[in-house]
Amino acid sequence: MKKRIIQRVLLGIITLWLVSVLIFIGTEMLPGDVATAILGQSATPETVAALRLQLGLDEPSVLRYLHWLAGILHGDLGHSLANGRAISDELLPRLANTLFLAGYAAVIAIPLAVGLGIASAIWRGSVFDRLANTLTLISISVPEFFVGYILVIAFAIRLTWFPSLAMVDSSSSFLDRLYVCTLPMLTLTLVVLAHMLRMTRASVTAVMSSPYIESAVLKGIPRWRIVVSHALPNALAPIINVVAFNLAYLVVGVILVEVVFVYPGIGQYMVDAVTKRDLPVVQACGLLFGGTYIFLNTTADLLAIWCNPRLRHAR
Amino acid sequence: MKDNNSPLTKLMQDAQLSRRGFITSASAVGITSAMGFSPFSVSAAEPKKGGILKLGMSGGNTSDTLDPTLFSDWVPLNQAYMLMNGLIEIDENNKATPELFSAWEAKPGAAEWVFTVRDGVTFHNGKKLDADDILYSINLHRGDKSKSAIKTQLAPITGLTKQGDNQILITLDGGNADLPYLLADYHLVVVPAGFTDWSHPIGTGGFIFDQYEPGVRSLFKRNPNYWKPDRAFVDAVEVLVINDPTARTNALISGQVHAINRVDFKTVDFLKRSPSLNIIRSSGGQHFTFLMDCSVAPYNSNDVRMAIKHGIDRQKILDTVLRGYGSLGNDHPIPKTDRFFNHSLEQRVYDPDKSKFYLKKAGLTDLKVELSSSDAAFAGALDAAALFQGQAQKGGIQVNIKRQPADSYWDDVWMKAPFSMGYWGGRPTADQMFSTAYQSTAKWNDTHWKDEKFDALLLQARSLLDESKRAEIYGELQSIVRDNGGAMIPLFGDYLDAASKKVGGIKPHPMFNFMGGRLAERVWLEA
Repeated sequence: MKKRIIQRVLLGIITLWLVSVLIFIGTEMLPGDVATAILGQSATPETVAALRLQLGLDEPSVLRYLHWLAGILHGDLGHSLANGRAISDELLPRLANTLFLAGYAAVIAIPLAVGLGIASAIWRGSVFDRLANTLTLISISVPEFFVGYILVIAFAIRLTWFPSLAMVDSSSSFLDRLYVCTLPMLTLTLVVLAHMLRMTRASVTAVMSSPYIESAVLKGIPRWRIVVSHALPNALAPIINVVAFNLAYLVVGVILVEVVFVYPGIGQYMVDAVTKRDLPVVQACGLLFGGTYIFLNTTADLLAIWCNPRLRHAR
Repeated sequence: MKDNNSPLTKLMQDAQLSRRGFITSASAVGITSAMGFSPFSVSAAEPKKGGILKLGMSGGNTSDTLDPTLFSDWVPLNQAYMLMNGLIEIDENNKATPELFSAWEAKPGAAEWVFTVRDGVTFHNGKKLDADDILYSINLHRGDKSKSAIKTQLAPITGLTKQGDNQILITLDGGNADLPYLLADYHLVVVPAGFTDWSHPIGTGGFIFDQYEPGVRSLFKRNPNYWKPDRAFVDAVEVLVINDPTARTNALISGQVHAINRVDFKTVDFLKRSPSLNIIRSSGGQHFTFLMDCSVAPYNSNDVRMAIKHGIDRQKILDTVLRGYGSLGNDHPIPKTDRFFNHSLEQRVYDPDKSKFYLKKAGLTDLKVELSSSDAAFAGALDAAALFQGQAQKGGIQVNIKRQPADSYWDDVWMKAPFSMGYWGGRPTADQMFSTAYQSTAKWNDTHWKDEKFDALLLQARSLLDESKRAEIYGELQSIVRDNGGAMIPLFGDYLDAASKKVGGIKPHPMFNFMGGRLAERVWLEA
């Protein structure tokens, strides 16, 4: 089992390294360059050349990649090209904001989705089952910014219960944050709910058709107990996977929601940086997003291995 | 976000090159300096003190800075005018009026100017304003080491010297009757001599720095000792950066902000129906262009250019793309609000027969052109291109629209594609507009058009101090550009802001959105 875990972690690290290479190549391929973007139309060839020199853009790509990688390994994300500030100073408070929103959504969405999924499996084919499935399917079928705008129209403009902007800053209290983040949280919850619900339902249902469940049914154990104590533990691996996937989405896929609600998170930061061709910032955000995915997926795999003995040994 | 990114970049670039070569006449200078600040025109409500003014603005970025040499977008521009004062203000009639320069006078030939520094002004830290502060603030933008956006615009200044405690002499390499307009540029805000802490600027403005998170939110509090008695009414100003047009509109409707800039042309009529909102519509120099590269075939033939200029139905595009919030263009860049606007030029109209006539004159039976377009050029540019395509066909012009990616439009397409679309923000003077984009040697001559007569006349008018003679020359320049130039200019677009009816004192301004950037110190909140 130890070997499996080490293998999995190593695989994660290698993936992360590959991601860093891809991010670097990708940002290299962006049209335009930061020197002209910073100087704008007032750029003359001389000032562009001087700025490029100052920013180290004249070095070959491979060398710049290695410098970048070395910096990251020392915990230095570099400095923003556009304003010269240390990226980590800007990134961390914003990451905290994004994680807060993601966490808020996760705390509501995951129990809700898994609970509804199990309930759907218990009452398979009932009106409840069909209703839950249809509604969540609708909410996942429309783009998240649209869900966001609908919620804004209903709850911010018509009912005026919540603000349409999720503006927070360092002086906001925890309760303030919960309040202003309600609409973005609801948006994210609606978007991730269906996926987790359906996976939970499908995986519980699949286990329910196995012979040992049949014998449990024949023994006369109540249906809900069969589901919770016999089927669920065996259905857990795919559920953990889909939950991890959606958690990653809550951090990484939040960009559109942050734009709609003007939430000062990491997504908005990255969008700004792309506009300005602020490559170190784009790279840092990209790496962070990649890292989040890999970390959560690896964790999900490890959890799945831990809770399912059959996965502990190579087949 | 597609609506935002590249137009913003363009706006920022545009703002950087804005206001170059400003002109005013000596007589106008005399009048305005004698008047001092014009009081509010009589309005129903009297200014009230108090309240926190909340502004939702597009045009901010996490990389924004309050270093005046690097201002590049709407939000820093507005914030600068809260904290600091300019040298000269452009008023709502597009005239240069005194600010920290209280008076000025040109010597004959307009190559030497004497400016008087306003007396009795103190900075937020208690220091009294003097000529040294102003020299320091102007010199931030000059010299070899300067990376300022307006370095080239200030290049004609050869001498900048103190004459006594309160007077500054500026010498130019040639006559320029518009120097006060040039000095009204928003980059030229004043800080104490030697000041460098751009993360906490100290100025003489109506508001004092309190909180600042670039691209997110800022809070500035009222300066109790502000030297302008009739301005800065609210206790504090909070600026929220909201680049997404829908989020900005929602914030206004739901009452989270009092005013927003850059209202979407598509939703303005919807906003107008709301009884609690005002739409502020400012006509100015913002215009939209179809750019033909005069150095390559077929656009090197003026007959081809004239055929194209007659092939567009301006009124239809104004009604559809801008929903009527603009005015017709006459293929030259000078707006009706300009004092030198040539009223005797006939408005060019859609005439497919004339298109055919000019094509024949150029020896062509039909014409196939490729128009590069993107909504980066202006919001609705692709719609305008599609309308033009249908209209031009009737005159024998086949337009093939080439959609270009928005985020590299200004780097890769503008000034490079033979036939493309673009836009220009307003300029306060005709000289500035012409010398930015139409003079042969202009860096942003985006049609690569060269006309010796035009260049000579432009130079001649710049150093003239006689208003009527200048009007004559600028009138002729408009006519030359209209009938020879490489730009088809079908439309001028208004600047649109929207505000809650609670905001008093808000008015249109010809420079740009939010009363030329000075909304914060000019409005008040009704209880």
